[in-house]
Amino acid sequence: MALELPENVVVSRLDHLASWCRKNSLWPMPFATACCGIELMATGASRHDLARFGAEVFRFSPRQCDLMIVAGRVVMKMLPVLQRIWQQMLEPKWCISMGACASSGGVFDTYCVVQGIDRFIPVDMYVPGCPPRPEQLIQGIIDLQDKIQREGTVTGREFTARGRQGLNRALLELPVIEPVVKSS
Amino acid sequence: MASRETIETLERRFADVKVSRFRDQSRAIVSRELLIDAVRWLRDTRGFDLLVDITCVDYLNYRDAVSRFGLVYLLAVTETNERLILRVMVDEPDLLVPSLVPLFEGANWLEREVFDMFGIRFDGHPDLRRILMPEAFTAFPLRKDYPLQGRGERHNFPTLTRGEG
Repeated sequence: MALELPENVVVSRLDHLASWCRKNSLWPMPFATACCGIELMATGASRHDLARFGAEVFRFSPRQCDLMIVAGRVVMKMLPVLQRIWQQMLEPKWCISMGACASSGGVFDTYCVVQGIDRFIPVDMYVPGCPPRPEQLIQGIIDLQDKIQREGTVTGREFTARGRQGLNRALLELPVIEPVVKSS
Repeated sequence: MASRETIETLERRFADVKVSRFRDQSRAIVSRELLIDAVRWLRDTRGFDLLVDITCVDYLNYRDAVSRFGLVYLLAVTETNERLILRVMVDEPDLLVPSLVPLFEGANWLEREVFDMFGIRFDGHPDLRRILMPEAFTAFPLRKDYPLQGRGERHNFPTLTRGEG
């Protein structure tokens, strides 16, 4: 005996609903230090509109944000500030490392540039590029939304082992090219 | 490029000034005792009213070097675009040079940068402290004996994990 539901009734798990709400209302905290910040601004502008994905406002107060986008190189003088901003954000919170410099130090392997903020901050998504195009950043946010839907913090799954994370769709698999052996 | 009259009057006015020229740049090597007088004379009588930059060169591994550091003062005349390079050679252990802040206000941050990067102190500077590196930094990064990747200061921070951060 199947239950007939009217069209405006949705039955779901609380986990799914909470994750759905969270992923579609990610408010970014733009931690833009360098050139990637310009691309971040371009992503929030009208052509590639980040507000389509729920990132409606770039709140500059960490208390009001749940997504920190670190765009640009982080120097050792800035890192304690970055850590303090991260600690001021309320749970649930996620972090996107945008660009090569935030992910790994980029081209700047010098005495003052931190070689990847994931040494000091838990990072959820890496968007490579120098700078990444706005479409790449949007793809990164979409992948982060998938990750939030999959994991979320209602069950607290991201506090468990790291091996349960799914494949990053933004990371393409390069075809294996067989070397051509010339017969002399 | 400094005009001929500037260089000739400079050489006449100050005894131990070594002036040389390369293509369109002229440089004058002065001793640190003469620095303030030379700059004041250039500013007041020859019209050099713009201090463009103060920087330094580390001659640590140079073959024919006599002293380790060479301070570079770039001066310019805004009306005629006449430029002059003043050099002050400094050697360890006495890295104290008179400060140009009483003459040019802009020398404040320029000298702070030279102190931060090379460790040369400026006598009479109102606020000599680091400007680019954090205050707790101990080394002088642009010296030739400091490695490019640093000595581990850049990663000397605590890691925040998901549970506690």
